[in-house]
Amino acid sequence: MSIEFELNGSKTKLDPQPETALLWVLREHLKLTGTKFGCGSGLCGACTVHLDGHPIRACITPVSAVAGKSVTTIEGLSKNRSHPLQKAWIEAQVPQCGYCQSGQIMQAAALLESNKNPSRDEIVAYMNGNICRCGTYLRIIRAIKIASAEVNEG
Amino acid sequence: MKKPYILDNHMPSLSRRRFIAGTGGLTFMISIGGLINGNWASANEDSEGSRTKGSNITVWVKIDSEGTITVLNPSAEMGQGSMTALAVLIAEEMDADWSKVRVEHSPIDPKIYGRPGWGGRGYHMITVGSFTVSGYFKPLRQAGAQARYVLLKNVSMKWKIPLTELKTEPGMVIHSASNRRISYGEIASFAKTIKEIPEIPEKSLKKPGEFRLIGKYVPRVDIPEKVDGSALYSMDVIVPDMLYATILRTPVNGNQPESFNEKEIMSMQGIQKIVRLKHGVGILGKRYENLLPAKRRLKVKWSKGAPAEMFDSEKILEGYKNVASSGKKGGHVLNQQGDADAAIQNAHRTYSSDYFSDHVYHAQMEPLNAIVSVNPAGDGAEIWAGTQSPSGAIKAVAKLLGTSPRKIKLHPCFLGGGFGRRSMSDYIVEAAELSKAVRKPVKLIWSREDDFQYGAFRPMCLQRLVAGLDADGKLIAWKHSIVGDGRRLLSSGAKIPFYDIPNQHIEILGLSHGVRLKHWRAVGHGFTKFAIESFIDEIAEAEGVDSYQFHRQVMHNSPRALKVLETAADMAGWGRKPPDGHAFGISFAERSGSLAACVAEVSLEKSSGKIKVHRIWSSLDAGIVVQPDNAVAQMESAIIYGLSSVLSERITFKDGKVQQSNFHDYHVMRISDAPEEIHVKIIDSNESPSGIGETGLPITGGAVANAVAALSGIRLKHLPFTPDQVKKALES
Ligand code: FES
Ligand code: FES
Repeated sequence: MSIEFELNGSKTKLDPQPETALLWVLREHLKLTGTKFGCGSGLCGACTVHLDGHPIRACITPVSAVAGKSVTTIEGLSKNRSHPLQKAWIEAQVPQCGYCQSGQIMQAAALLESNKNPSRDEIVAYMNGNICRCGTYLRIIRAIKIASAEVNEG
Repeated sequence: MKKPYILDNHMPSLSRRRFIAGTGGLTFMISIGGLINGNWASANEDSEGSRTKGSNITVWVKIDSEGTITVLNPSAEMGQGSMTALAVLIAEEMDADWSKVRVEHSPIDPKIYGRPGWGGRGYHMITVGSFTVSGYFKPLRQAGAQARYVLLKNVSMKWKIPLTELKTEPGMVIHSASNRRISYGEIASFAKTIKEIPEIPEKSLKKPGEFRLIGKYVPRVDIPEKVDGSALYSMDVIVPDMLYATILRTPVNGNQPESFNEKEIMSMQGIQKIVRLKHGVGILGKRYENLLPAKRRLKVKWSKGAPAEMFDSEKILEGYKNVASSGKKGGHVLNQQGDADAAIQNAHRTYSSDYFSDHVYHAQMEPLNAIVSVNPAGDGAEIWAGTQSPSGAIKAVAKLLGTSPRKIKLHPCFLGGGFGRRSMSDYIVEAAELSKAVRKPVKLIWSREDDFQYGAFRPMCLQRLVAGLDADGKLIAWKHSIVGDGRRLLSSGAKIPFYDIPNQHIEILGLSHGVRLKHWRAVGHGFTKFAIESFIDEIAEAEGVDSYQFHRQVMHNSPRALKVLETAADMAGWGRKPPDGHAFGISFAERSGSLAACVAEVSLEKSSGKIKVHRIWSSLDAGIVVQPDNAVAQMESAIIYGLSSVLSERITFKDGKVQQSNFHDYHVMRISDAPEEIHVKIIDSNESPSGIGETGLPITGGAVANAVAALSGIRLKHLPFTPDQVKKALES
């Protein structure tokens, strides 16, 4: 079965087994390995990507579900790490091992899309599905605040 | 001792792949233990005779004619920031312009890149126990100073002026008298080999007051590629023609596959090969997504009789108590001074308390995985893996193939977390076995469930503490018995070098359950320091003395430790009234040569039994801290990792089988449970650096338990303090 969707702004056509998780299609078929595998069950957020602008867990989303829609991965978030969150992530020196961070940033990007000036509680509630085993949570909050300030000024 | 070996206009083939772009330039090959001579170029390939006896290159540094300085990093980067720290050490003494420094992973050859002073086990590359920066601190600065000497010497020859008239500023050599300056890049384009490079003694290195990079804010070099998905973990490696693999492993450690429905599985879509392993069955195919249905369909008849079958972690606790009470002799004694038994017998007052802790799991964010490509002849292999023990992995794969370690090449990758789990090579050896069977590259991916169920855990244990006090309320006797499996994993942190107690007996009463155990972040310190710090607090409370003051009394002989404790207490404002419904608890611990203390502010929801940690004030003495912001990040990280284990993490076994399988039934700390604030103060020091990545962890258990005791009068003695356990304690 062939599936067409938009991926990071480009038309993509594939012929996968339709029940294959989007995660493996992105990572192993299309070699977009920025989206990570952490739990495979929607429990950790490492695989977060945007589907028509909303954050979804690619590990539990069959690729058939994205037909005709638009998918954005960390690779498509910006050119040259220029998204306010990516700049803020560097400024606050958020990542440690870094493995969870694509998912964290994609989740946070969706938050800022819907709420330009989230409070601490709103950040915590929105980010609670994304595990960071290295415990960078306080810096994640700081970085989202930095980025939100930039978005609001700009 | 240490001499950089210098080559001008020549690229080592060792790193040709990475360095191919540059032609001109200056390469320093920094050796510890002797000059590297002659045909060293193929040190990581097949050649013999490339190493002088006793030689041991730590790191490579290359300056190109643009002035870009490339440092090859020899240690595993799993998030602890040492990739940056090691380059900082070299750049500091070189007086390099940091904006021009790049860091890359080094190819792995322990004889070339090993760290000095690793317990006499010969050359070894391993990144564990927070030793990385401390192990390299002196030699890398000395090497940097020698590299600077070479640059100066070349300028002095070119300009025909005495070397002593030259000085450096970052990236520049300067001759003030003639008002001339020249950049390191320009020097690199004409520099010649210098035959005699003097030793640079430690006293000629920069004094802490002169540091430009050490102790200053230097952003981590690995961070930019970790915000756009480009950082390469082994999970991301794709090798042409590779097969994917999964393994169904025995649910009870030690049992083996006897038979399985091979025909049925082989007939499934996309399945290419089934391989019987000692501990499981491997399934290989062209597409990862085809493996999962096959694995679900695979039916294996397992052998019976492994000792682990008898193991039930909930039932064993009573047995542990009996062992502790039996007066069992012949335990492994960790410390013996004075006569603890006699002193307890004659003590004015005695106290005794038991503490439990359950198994915990690493939960590193990147599930285990490795890519191994065994060559057609079966006598060599390439490995792509994130590992804390590259030389261990190479040795293990060489052993499997019956070949020389020189025929194994490891491509290091970023680690998506290590925490001790990636110091084991089991997942790499598995991938090698599967690749050996098909003679093709194999990418073995563990599912999260595999990672749980074939985990290697921090062991559970019972700790019995007994103390005796004299008539003045002074601690004079201390007995600490630890009952459980995993001897060295249990003993870590049991000693109390900063507490002045004249009579001590500290021992392990070892048992064996046959389950898989391994180092976990801070090893045993997580539970031993929890027990020790809780017990001290308990005694203080019973004696009617403030816990902080009681700590100070016991630590009176250790000014460094006292300073750490006092700093944390001051930060928290110890002695003030906590906010309503909150309480403070204090704790101290040493780990990897560093000292830490903290005060935790907690509250407790009585109806649910849920503990909330609101604030942590912590202090750290780790000697000279090379990267202060990273040290703060590591403290935050270890504190959260520690609190997570203290509040919710728990692996249980039933009939030898791990009962948990993913993050729904094993709770690691999420952002909503993280403290609102973690304050970290680094204590100024001129001592040489000690480890940082684990030191924040052991202080968490005691601080939380002591705060809960202050709040509710309940002593929590069983890690983790899950809401259920807390409710039970409140009700009893
Ligand atoms: S990998 Fe998708 S949520 Fe964990
Ligand atoms: S940075 Fe390691 S898991 Fe988040």
